[in-house]
Amino acid sequence: MSADKIINLTLKVWRQKGPNAEGKLETYEAKGISQSMSFLEMIDTVNDELVKAGKDPIAFDHDCREGICGMCGAVVNGQAHGPDGGTTLCQLHMRKFNDGDSVVIEPWRSRAFPVIKDLVVDRSSFDRIIASGGFVSVNTGGTPDANALPIPKHDAELSMDAAACIGCGACVAACPNASAMLFVSAKVTQFALLPQGKVEAGERARNMVTTMDEEGFGNCTNIGECEASCPKEISLTNIARLNREFMKATFCSS
Amino acid sequence: MLNSKVPSGNLSEKWDNHKFASKLVNPANKRKYTVIVVGTGLAGGSAAASLAELGYKVKNFCIQDSPRRAHSIAAQGGINAAKNYPNDGDSIFRLFYDTIKGGDYRSREANVYRLAQVSNEIIDQCVAQGIPFAREYGGLLANRSFGGAQVSRTFYARGQTGQQLLLGAYSALMRQVGKGKVELFPRQEMLDLVVIDGHAKGIITRNLVTGKIEKHVADAVVLGTGGYGNLFFLSTNAKNSNVTAAWRAHKKGAFFANPCYTQIHPTCIPVHGDIQSKLTLMSESLRNDGRVWVPKNKDDKRPPSQIPENDRDYYLERRYPSFGNLVPRDVASRNAKMVCDEGKGVNESGLAVYLDFADAIKRDGEHTIREKYGNLFQMYEKITDSNPYKEPMMIYPAVHYTMGGLWVDYNLMSNLDGLFVIGEANFSDHGANRLGASALMQGLADGYFVLPYTIGNYLANVPMNDKYSTDHEEFKIAEQEASDRMKKLVSMKGSKTVDEIHRKLGMAMWEYCGMARNEDGLKKALEVFPEIREEFWKDVNVTGTNEEFNQQLEKANRVADFLELAELFATDALHRNESCGGHFREESQTPEGEAKRNDEEFTYVAAWEFKGVGEKETMHKEDLEFENVKLTQRSYK
Ligand SMILES: Cc1cc2nc3c(=O)[nH]c(=O)nc-3n(C[C@H](O)[C@H](O)[C@H](O)COP(=O)(O)OP(=O)(O)OC[C@H]3O[C@@H](n4cnc5c(N)ncnc54)[C@H](O)[C@@H]3O)c2cc1C
Ligand code: FES
Repeated sequence: MSADKIINLTLKVWRQKGPNAEGKLETYEAKGISQSMSFLEMIDTVNDELVKAGKDPIAFDHDCREGICGMCGAVVNGQAHGPDGGTTLCQLHMRKFNDGDSVVIEPWRSRAFPVIKDLVVDRSSFDRIIASGGFVSVNTGGTPDANALPIPKHDAELSMDAAACIGCGACVAACPNASAMLFVSAKVTQFALLPQGKVEAGERARNMVTTMDEEGFGNCTNIGECEASCPKEISLTNIARLNREFMKATFCSS
Repeated sequence: MLNSKVPSGNLSEKWDNHKFASKLVNPANKRKYTVIVVGTGLAGGSAAASLAELGYKVKNFCIQDSPRRAHSIAAQGGINAAKNYPNDGDSIFRLFYDTIKGGDYRSREANVYRLAQVSNEIIDQCVAQGIPFAREYGGLLANRSFGGAQVSRTFYARGQTGQQLLLGAYSALMRQVGKGKVELFPRQEMLDLVVIDGHAKGIITRNLVTGKIEKHVADAVVLGTGGYGNLFFLSTNAKNSNVTAAWRAHKKGAFFANPCYTQIHPTCIPVHGDIQSKLTLMSESLRNDGRVWVPKNKDDKRPPSQIPENDRDYYLERRYPSFGNLVPRDVASRNAKMVCDEGKGVNESGLAVYLDFADAIKRDGEHTIREKYGNLFQMYEKITDSNPYKEPMMIYPAVHYTMGGLWVDYNLMSNLDGLFVIGEANFSDHGANRLGASALMQGLADGYFVLPYTIGNYLANVPMNDKYSTDHEEFKIAEQEASDRMKKLVSMKGSKTVDEIHRKLGMAMWEYCGMARNEDGLKKALEVFPEIREEFWKDVNVTGTNEEFNQQLEKANRVADFLELAELFATDALHRNESCGGHFREESQTPEGEAKRNDEEFTYVAAWEFKGVGEKETMHKEDLEFENVKLTQRSYK
């Protein structure tokens, strides 16, 4: 492990008391930050100081701090999850920053993700999209033996690539249209590639896209910012597959 | 003496007989029963979905903003089942036997056997849900090996098995939410259990967005609220993992069993600096291909690549030739501590050992290793800035899992009627040490295949017109208490941050109740813990108010419960004057330094009854009877 270098930063952080309050950027000095810290540990350090001074610490969502739960996320200097590719905010390390840097930290911005406080947003719209079709309709019990149906390794791998989505919402935050197409397409693709999910593939695509629209997400115009910001490197080709499934469902059923 | 309600008959027939003997709730009546499920991890999520499918009305709660983010999501390595697909000699009995032995003969035979029995159905269920498990070229499911077993029975989805299994349970759950069968309450934290005439009838929660205290009534309450590893401050658990739900139930009368059984996982990224917020696990599956070693000579400070074979000590392979690097976790951890105590540890701190992939890469090629462990290697590099394809990883043990938890009988019901406890939150299946890949198995077994039956048997005995309302006196009292506590926490405005106190508690836990424990240390712990608790209640600074989104308050509320649990933990560890599994008492070891059980005196579960804060709890015993396996000194030589 490399020796720790200590740096100082100036933070500009979005502070907003509640959903209906006005927000604004506030400036904080982050002093004595070790480069081996994670970005969230850096905020922890700043928050410690704030608490000691009797001030309200910066609210931010996080849980696993391992890049898998999808709870953390903020726009750092204009980039969702910050400057390191294929990385969540919790796995971003301070070695990516230099002494004296200025760092602007803002919440995800989208009509469908209202701010709750500071950097914390409400992403329940994603849950509602899943509830409208992001599943295979099987109940517990009575399923066939797991090896009854062989699945080509290649398909299983591609399905897994799509299934790796952590539902963090970075794709929406990065998209100028605030579209949720990458998120929806990842789920649709995961299932469409497997025999278990194929049965309902079209209906699933249609239901999820309809809910996405109702929730106030924007349209996809193939800009590709979603893919670039995705911490799990979910590919744009999933969107092409979603479009195919959607078309099939729309034309075949009407 | 506690009654475990284990059905009579042959081990292999108990569960089937019990299911048949259980009462059923008529399909049309199921919707007249409401079940509260707290937790949306593998246990809670699978239970909530399955109960709703059966027709019950379900209210499901979690702390995170979405049920999909429960701590289960972080599990990496895999899930066990006795499918015997590789044809290497596995069977239900072998999985049962390995689990009992791995738990150092401190778990209940009938529960473990049932777990092994339903393990196969879990895999079938998960595949049907569209979980993309790893496969072989022929299209069939792939398996790998985990510690404590000599067969390959672990199913996996790259290094993200927990994520994929949880998303499977989550999708089943959301399907029921979409149908209106499950009412979901994310960002809601349970603060208390409401018990009316000895029956669990509801919970008190805090809406984490608004701070509002709420009352929820039901016919039964299920806790799937996870483990309490964060008692140690630094652990591999997600930051929000906590003991609050279980602890409040304990304070309402539910017995807490074997609190001192903690799993310290051997392969974690070593601690760096003193502001670190959590530890990162490197999946045990890595021990399939990685070789653990330290320099033979403690003064050897050369970089690992310059230390020749002859100067390396592959201490696990040397001491345990038949299991080698795949010894169970407790054994691997203790050995790492031993070599570091001898001064042979690596890293600046001297608190690390190497996990080396050079041989595996030479044998199988970098591509194969990348395919198996790519995301783990990437995570390691992100955190440490060192490339494990080129240099060996450095690892050290860290707190990972808690085998102890609320006491439950064979039906997964606590000693309080109507309170069921599933997943890591209960104590039931892993004895004094859990084998790798069996927590996911247990969580899903409980939620998909056990609880849905056993809760039916309970509800069938609850009269349908026996309904309570949240206006009941017990609800009002519990609501008032919860609200007073929140107000008290924000009123102190002392000089210590919550994290400062939590860290202090964690360090004391690690020192006195960590990988090795002894009488003097545990007695010292029992002096120190109450002092930290008093300091907390005098001098903690929780900013803001209780009527808003307030993360400091959330943390403080959880730490307050850890502070009480710590005392019970040390009490339990002190009373259990034997070594078993993850509980290593220095006074009780073999000449080779292995854990030495004392079966004469300690073949029982210690279930503790709360008597008041700072008061000594009363112990109730459940004697463990072994009819199908012979108790032996565990050996992995
Ligand atoms: C890094 C890591 C890797 C692991 N890898 C493996 C592995 O490969 N194989 C394996 O078998 N096991 C593994 N484990 C262990 C396993 O992941 C856990 O034991 C298991 O997932 C626990 O599931 P659970 O459903 O019991 O609880 P959790 O997943 O912890 O879920 C707890 C739920 O309860 C909710 N909750 C908690 N308290 C409250 C409250 N007061 N009010 C409301 N809601 C509450 C939470 O929000 C959450 O929804 C791993 C563990 C870790 C830490
Ligand atoms: S905190 Fe879980 S992904 Fe960042």
